[in-house]
Amino acid sequence: MPDTRYLLLAVAVSAAVTWALRALPFTVLASLRASGTVRYLGARMPAGVMVILFVYCLRDLPLTQSRVVASLAALAVTVGLHLWRRNALLGIVGGTVVSVALASTVFAG
Amino acid sequence: MRTLSVAVGDPPRSAPASPPPLRSTALAALKDSASVGLGLLPLGLAFGVLITHAGLPWWCASLFTAVVYAGSLEFLLVNLAVAATPLAAVALTAFLVNVRHVFYALSFPLDRVRGRFGKAYSTFALTDEAYALTTGDRARSWSGARILWLQLFMQLYWVGGATAGALLGSAVPDSVTGLDFAMTALFAVLALDAVRERSGDLPTPLLALLSALVARLVLPGQMLLAAFALFTAALLVRSRKESGKESRMESRKESHMESRMESRVEESRA
Repeated sequence: MPDTRYLLLAVAVSAAVTWALRALPFTVLASLRASGTVRYLGARMPAGVMVILFVYCLRDLPLTQSRVVASLAALAVTVGLHLWRRNALLGIVGGTVVSVALASTVFAG
Repeated sequence: MRTLSVAVGDPPRSAPASPPPLRSTALAALKDSASVGLGLLPLGLAFGVLITHAGLPWWCASLFTAVVYAGSLEFLLVNLAVAATPLAAVALTAFLVNVRHVFYALSFPLDRVRGRFGKAYSTFALTDEAYALTTGDRARSWSGARILWLQLFMQLYWVGGATAGALLGSAVPDSVTGLDFAMTALFAVLALDAVRERSGDLPTPLLALLSALVARLVLPGQMLLAAFALFTAALLVRSRKESGKESRMESRKESHMESRMESRVEESRA
């Protein structure tokens, strides 16, 4: 178990790096906002970023093992519910419930 | 909290109309946060349970979520902290996992957020989820105050969920797994919505998908960084090509419109 001082320092370091990465680019980009290329990137970035983060979440999918079924079933439920009811929360909760139910019982161990 | 009230109470100087009352702005933001934002609650619960099961004290859940406030890094930080990883390695991990946020400055509407403290909190709370919600079509008319409230509500869900999860975590047996799927579900929903909003633009999600897959295969240890770099490079190449094509496209579109109008006129004549 790490001591409290270490935990606080680790949190402080992580927070400082994260905030710097989030805040500093604005000071640089203020002068670039008028550029056509920056506007082109800015308009297309959000959709692409979310697709990349989604694939990133699936990076360790156990493709060769049967327990991959739990993740795929949960994903189908999330996407299906979201497209059907247009309700993000329902999709997230529904998929997570299916994931926990399958991973903890049928595909446990 | 103090920072937020300063920013929200700061009246917009340039706007001619009087600002909407505080309560209605906050209520509107609460509604904006109701779908995807509330998805942070189950994810937070999952994170809290993970903290307890990893053997860290419960208050780490509140501390991580309140101070670091970067979901994927916090999940990694649990493993790093348990292994007492050197701080330099923690800093490097934080940099590599979150360097993608550099790109968010391209489209996040920080110019609408007023006041130094408001801007400070808004950049601090510029998570993937906040970025997704505030760059969507619906958000185009949102004021800076509404964006700040939305960010605050989302952080409250996250901190609240994590703290509750950590306190309840010891009651959840170790055999319960699969909670971490909440994060995959959250990004599945965000990606679906973002792609649907650009329905006429299939190349963008395809390029992103391709960049992610190539990064996964070639640089699995640095997948996020590689994927973002590839995707940005691909977009830059595309913007070069399209800027040459745009003028031709525009004239073609116009002639197409004209011919349609002509045929309609003919129809009505007949």
